[in-house]
Amino acid sequence: MIDSIIIFTNQVSRYIIPFLLVGIPFYGLIIKKVKVYESFVEGAKDGFDIALRIIPYLVAILVAIGMFRASGAMDLLISLIAPLLNIIGFPPENLPLAFMRPLSGSGSLGLFTDLVNQYGTDSLFTKIGATMFGSTETTFYVLAVYFGSVGIRKSRHALAAGLIADAVGVLSAVYICKIIFM
Amino acid sequence: MLNYIWFGLIFISVVVGTITGRIDQVTEAAITMSKTSVEIALGLIGIMALWLGTMKIAEDSGLIQIIAKTLRPITIRLFPDVPSDHPAIGSIVLNMAANMLGLGNAATPLGLKAMKELQALNKHKDTATDAMCTFLAINTSSVQIILPATVVGLMGAAANQIFITTIIATSLSTVAAIISVKVLAKMKRFRIKMDD
Repeated sequence: MIDSIIIFTNQVSRYIIPFLLVGIPFYGLIIKKVKVYESFVEGAKDGFDIALRIIPYLVAILVAIGMFRASGAMDLLISLIAPLLNIIGFPPENLPLAFMRPLSGSGSLGLFTDLVNQYGTDSLFTKIGATMFGSTETTFYVLAVYFGSVGIRKSRHALAAGLIADAVGVLSAVYICKIIFM
Repeated sequence: MLNYIWFGLIFISVVVGTITGRIDQVTEAAITMSKTSVEIALGLIGIMALWLGTMKIAEDSGLIQIIAKTLRPITIRLFPDVPSDHPAIGSIVLNMAANMLGLGNAATPLGLKAMKELQALNKHKDTATDAMCTFLAINTSSVQIILPATVVGLMGAAANQIFITTIIATSLSTVAAIISVKVLAKMKRFRIKMDD
């Protein structure tokens, strides 16, 4: 049952982008008589401006995160917290990924790959890691890019809410996997 | 908050780097990452242009407005301060749809378009509105139904087993995002300061 859902969704997802790329101009030109080529070019112009505008925000965030990882502070933080989290049943094997996920997409993918290589795809740690990966986002990156694109510097409660959501995602991943796979 | 976290990350890095003798790596990371940031931003230009162009067609032909109207009952609760027929709602809905389907490439340009339209409603241009914070929190909670392609690739056949667990965990994190963003918005320290 789940197998066929996955195969189906993967098949469908292959066609979504081509469908949108043809469907939207079709609706515009054939049904609404919109000058689709001109509209496209007009809209596409914004791409360049937005990309340039997010550069300072990305530099600020990614440099700080890169320095933090390179200094060994990340490993230190994890080794300090691991015994505490062990009490609530949080496996130390999954802790690096939980902390890396909001900070860095490539970093957390690297850690997840490491889990797969070390423990194999059938281990509980790998399944928890995969669930974490799918239920959380690179919060700092999204914040920098989204707010940066319109010049928002005061982010108010967005970061706190995003990190709470990440924490809930990470903890849910651990406990749900433990319930289902143990 | 971001000010302290940002400074904290750099400060701790330099202190820990000095103690652990990894200060050269810290310097190198700072330089490499500043280059990487620009590469990421420039790499976005083409994809952004493609999706923003396509979305402009959708907007000019009235498609976005139709979608926004259809999902009005949900969006009016999540974004009470955005008029329900505003173009921002259309972009927000499309961004979430792209996220759910795991289309990261399409989701970012749509999200940035939504931010631009939300910014048009913003009275304090350097400060995030409630709607922006809600939108961002939902986005960072990862609302996906289809597993990330990278995870499926690494997990192989075992990917089937994490399909359900991911949906449950991601739903919980999205609910947590919505609740916390609504509660935090009422806290004094997060209110918009008029004189800033």
